[in-house]
Amino acid sequence: MRAVNTYIGRPIERVEDFRFLRGRGQYIGDLKRDGQWHAAIVRSPVAFGRILKIDAAPALKMPGVHAVITAADIGTPLPTIPFRRKNPTIAPYAQPIIAADYVRYVGEPVAVVLAASAELAEDAAQDVIVEIDALTPCVDWKASISASSLLFPGTNTNIASTFTAQCGDTNAAFAAAPYTRRERFSVQRHTALPMETRGLLAEWHASENRLTVCGAAKLPFFNRRAMAGMMGLPETSVDYIELDVGGGFGARGEFYPEDFLVAFAARKFGHPVKWIEDRREHFTAIGHARQMDAEIEIACERDGTVTAMRGTMYVDIGAYVRPNGMTPVRNVVQFTTAPYRIPNLDFTGHGVLTNKTPAGTYRGPGRFEGCLFCERMFDIAARELGIDNLDMRRRHLLTAQDMPYTLVSIAPDDGFGEDECDSGDYRVTFERCLEEFGWDDKKALAGTLRDGRYHGIGVGCFVEGGGSGPRESARMEVTPDGNVDVYVGSSAIGQGIETVMAQIAADALEVPMDQVRVLHGSTNYLKEGFGSYGSRATVMGGSAIVLAAENVLKAFRELAAKKFAVAPEDFTVSDGVAHARDGRSVTLAQAAATNSLSSEGTYSSNKRTYTYGTAAAHVAVDPKTGSVQVLDYVVVDDVGRAINPLTLHGQVVGAAVQGFGSVFSENLIYDADGQLLVGSLADYQIPLATDYPHIRAVTLEQFPAPHNPLGVKGAGEGGIIPVGAAVINAIASALSSFNVQPTALPLTPPRVWELIEKARAAQT
Amino acid sequence: MKLPAFEYKSPASVGEAIEILAAHDGGAKAIAGGQSLIPIMAFRLASPSVLVDLSGIPGLVGITIGEADISIGAMVRWRELEEHELLRSACPLIAAAVGHIAHYQIRNRGTIGGSLAHADPAAEMPGVAVTCDAQIEIVGKTGSRRVAARDFFVGPLTTCLAHDELITAIHLPPWPVNRRWAFEEFAQRRGDFAFAGVALHYDERSDGTIEDAHIGVIGVTPAPRRLAPVEQILNGKRLNDNLVAEAAAAASAAVEPQDDIHASAAYRRALVGTLVERALISSAKRGRAS
Amino acid sequence: MKLRFDVNGQAREADVAPRTTLCDFLRDHLGLTGTHAGCEHGVCGACTVIVDGCAVRSCLLLAVQANGASIVTVEGLADGDELSPLQEAFRQHHALQCGFCTPGMLTTLHALLSDEPTADEERIRDVLSGNLCRCTGYIPIVEAALEAREHYAKKQGSKAG
Repeated sequence: MRAVNTYIGRPIERVEDFRFLRGRGQYIGDLKRDGQWHAAIVRSPVAFGRILKIDAAPALKMPGVHAVITAADIGTPLPTIPFRRKNPTIAPYAQPIIAADYVRYVGEPVAVVLAASAELAEDAAQDVIVEIDALTPCVDWKASISASSLLFPGTNTNIASTFTAQCGDTNAAFAAAPYTRRERFSVQRHTALPMETRGLLAEWHASENRLTVCGAAKLPFFNRRAMAGMMGLPETSVDYIELDVGGGFGARGEFYPEDFLVAFAARKFGHPVKWIEDRREHFTAIGHARQMDAEIEIACERDGTVTAMRGTMYVDIGAYVRPNGMTPVRNVVQFTTAPYRIPNLDFTGHGVLTNKTPAGTYRGPGRFEGCLFCERMFDIAARELGIDNLDMRRRHLLTAQDMPYTLVSIAPDDGFGEDECDSGDYRVTFERCLEEFGWDDKKALAGTLRDGRYHGIGVGCFVEGGGSGPRESARMEVTPDGNVDVYVGSSAIGQGIETVMAQIAADALEVPMDQVRVLHGSTNYLKEGFGSYGSRATVMGGSAIVLAAENVLKAFRELAAKKFAVAPEDFTVSDGVAHARDGRSVTLAQAAATNSLSSEGTYSSNKRTYTYGTAAAHVAVDPKTGSVQVLDYVVVDDVGRAINPLTLHGQVVGAAVQGFGSVFSENLIYDADGQLLVGSLADYQIPLATDYPHIRAVTLEQFPAPHNPLGVKGAGEGGIIPVGAAVINAIASALSSFNVQPTALPLTPPRVWELIEKARAAQT
Repeated sequence: MKLPAFEYKSPASVGEAIEILAAHDGGAKAIAGGQSLIPIMAFRLASPSVLVDLSGIPGLVGITIGEADISIGAMVRWRELEEHELLRSACPLIAAAVGHIAHYQIRNRGTIGGSLAHADPAAEMPGVAVTCDAQIEIVGKTGSRRVAARDFFVGPLTTCLAHDELITAIHLPPWPVNRRWAFEEFAQRRGDFAFAGVALHYDERSDGTIEDAHIGVIGVTPAPRRLAPVEQILNGKRLNDNLVAEAAAAASAAVEPQDDIHASAAYRRALVGTLVERALISSAKRGRAS
Repeated sequence: MKLRFDVNGQAREADVAPRTTLCDFLRDHLGLTGTHAGCEHGVCGACTVIVDGCAVRSCLLLAVQANGASIVTVEGLADGDELSPLQEAFRQHHALQCGFCTPGMLTTLHALLSDEPTADEERIRDVLSGNLCRCTGYIPIVEAALEAREHYAKKQGSKAG
């Protein structure tokens, strides 16, 4: 008899690796169709203006050019990209799938050139003449709020939506507090930057009235529904096919204008149409993220007890509200203080439109930013009150007694209702992190100068909200040769779901893992699915697989019962075999050979999971160059249960390095005319192999998730959330003798140097 | 980012290459390693009608180390410079700078001639060439000539090369046994163009004083150049903390850095001072010419 | 232009326009899509292939410039269905997630370790600084490379001996 859970919990090497290592992955760029046309997008060179004329004639004359599409060819009303969550005020700010009368950001699609090759399409796109009457753009939220110019005629504000989160009585708490402190913070505009750019290949099958779109990611089912609506087709006539995907991180996979444009072209002309985004266009076309300014206030007792926190965040969401454009806003408002018990909170977050590329989600959206604000305020307060910054946190970290802990609710409600931290003891990961890091030993270094560099240590605690609902589906089919095909609605974005889901399925059915094959994401696998975002794949997809397996085993029992004329309850099922009491048995394969053995499972939940943890950083700052070296970085998290410790560790470490990029070097800089000044990977600087070698990650499994059959918590984003907080605190610690107050990202060497110079000048 | 269309030519001699360049009146461009030119074409910032591939031309890939002259063919690739044993002692500054240039794969293709012709103000080799008083050998329709590196670089991405001229070799003076040197640069990440860089060498007399100081800078002047004020401060003196500080301050004052999206002029100015300081200190610690 | 190459040990011929990069040639004309185009401007390293023994950015090389050369792509690193020791080390150390940068990592490391089987961690990181990865944070890639050195040292040893 086989032991339960032979695969779950083991660091199993990934099945998907075989094809990737051999160069046999199939990414959208690798796909070809006979007779395919190539699309190149003509994009607005101007940040804000009225389109006067589009002259495609010069392009149409060029070799190999088949057609040019503009808004006029699509007709009215022009479809707009739907939102993923409800909201009372964002409707006027939806993005049309192509610019019609106005352009609102540099990079907005204005026309589509279709040609025989990508080279010829690009050649021709250069020659499309676009005449625009330029208007003065709003390039920051201050200009947008002053409303001297409205981005959308007919509206009365450039604030697309405002979220608030309130509990208790902050006015009273601040009035009574012996210590209050206010500070302003700024996080820069940056982006997820997956190594593979986007791409799509659309085909129209006229005889079947069917549209197939390859290149799906993240949430194929939602996008299929959106596309079907725009095309006037039933959902069942549209297939969104997911192939291998070169990273998502929240940016790839949402519905973009190009989804519609490529599909429209395929249907209109009856040829497959392929579009591969190039890297230069990626910078103005992919969802941007994270840019926000915040003013935060903290109220404390003399002993450091935090009685209240409040603040206002201005999130620069770009020119349109993306499908998930409000997620960072509602998250930063709800989650800034999330790991802590603070009775009085009042946060307001504005999603402000500007004439820049629209922004959406990037790993831990709003959470990375909020964690930085909260943790920095704690350290500022601790220092000014003369108390230990660790004790300050200990007083407020959520404990097992607090669980489930109701988070402050947000208004307007975006369909997620009340939210609560599900299980855990946040002090456990806190203390473990400090221990692994060697905080007590390193304390003596803080603020000291050694070999020309100032050393500092900093800490940050986080929660990661995962497993968002409403549900996910899976289907399991046993084939006559005994193999099991598992279809799941989750999407693969590099996180290894073919392996992790196979582990879950194999354990649930008690069959060898090499008999299990996981197929994911594509809409032709299941009637309904939701996808991979908000760290939900393992929780939701995994739980759906558990339920599907239960249903398969139930069906198996019933088949065995019929076969042997024995009651279903009289079978023992283990290791894929149903044993009757009298010794007769039948295997899954045998049952599948004579009957269809396939069952579905849908896991529904409106309760999110909360992975939590603590990170600590040790930095050394060279005051002459502003260079900051991360000498040690330790993160300890509790994920409830780790299905595959190998892939989980990979998620945490990879996310941490992304976080360092956010802190130190990545920046999408615009000039006063709304031109993006960063258009290459030489200027957009992500971490290299030489940058951050000292990262240690420890994962605990002490408090399983209480609400799903696996006990797992989503863990794909936690690794990035505390990085800004831990590092900014470490830098402040290093430069405490200068009274340097770092408040803005990125902390590039020139900016760190400037902070030191300013502080030096202030001291003299 | 597909390349714009062009005609491709692969001449077998320098003369043939020059004929082609002359015939197209600026519309033709020479391609060496392509590590700078191809990206520029991929961004469609340049669309030459003809590319003239220099890799088929013999005689451009030698490294000759003689008593009176070190000569490096224009098509010598960075990797060859890195691996050349004798060059390390014949001109340690070049050997030191090459390790900072871009990345491993780029160094397998990029050439010294290509880098000098491209003249990026933040590139290492133009700065080293100027510091070392290199002579650039140029061949054009009227024959060959040598131009001092300091006269070769005119401004950002601008040299004195005419559209129908080619660099064929770089010549360096011999490296005396009592020469001390250093190379310091600081960049955001490995292989990035530096915020600023410093290349220097000086000869140490038997009494320990400095003679014939050469201090060159990268990324903080429109074209790379030596900082005469700093050299004057150093010549005739023995290196000590005060002298280092004075030289560093003079370096900061002598440069004309720019603001850009990565760093302010003020930062670069201060950084040059720090790099001169660090370079002088490391030059004193390092053993001589080997 | 009519061109001839040796690609992964096989003689291949082609007729391509001068502006076709080696990367696009391998991918579109030979169907060897393992080499990836991540940026097309010579920064990300996903397009790295080995030309006449040297790791190069195939997006910065015109196919015509590689005429007559011997080219090794990621598809040529393994023997049939077996993974090479370097690939096996990648799998063991979870040195890939989305897999997009992986071919370039493998060809770069194969070239480096073939030349320098005793490369230390600093050298490996320095060489890999020319290959961008957004998923792994590089740590497991370096671990895999360090482990694979043994195989390359043995190979070099047996060549010399």
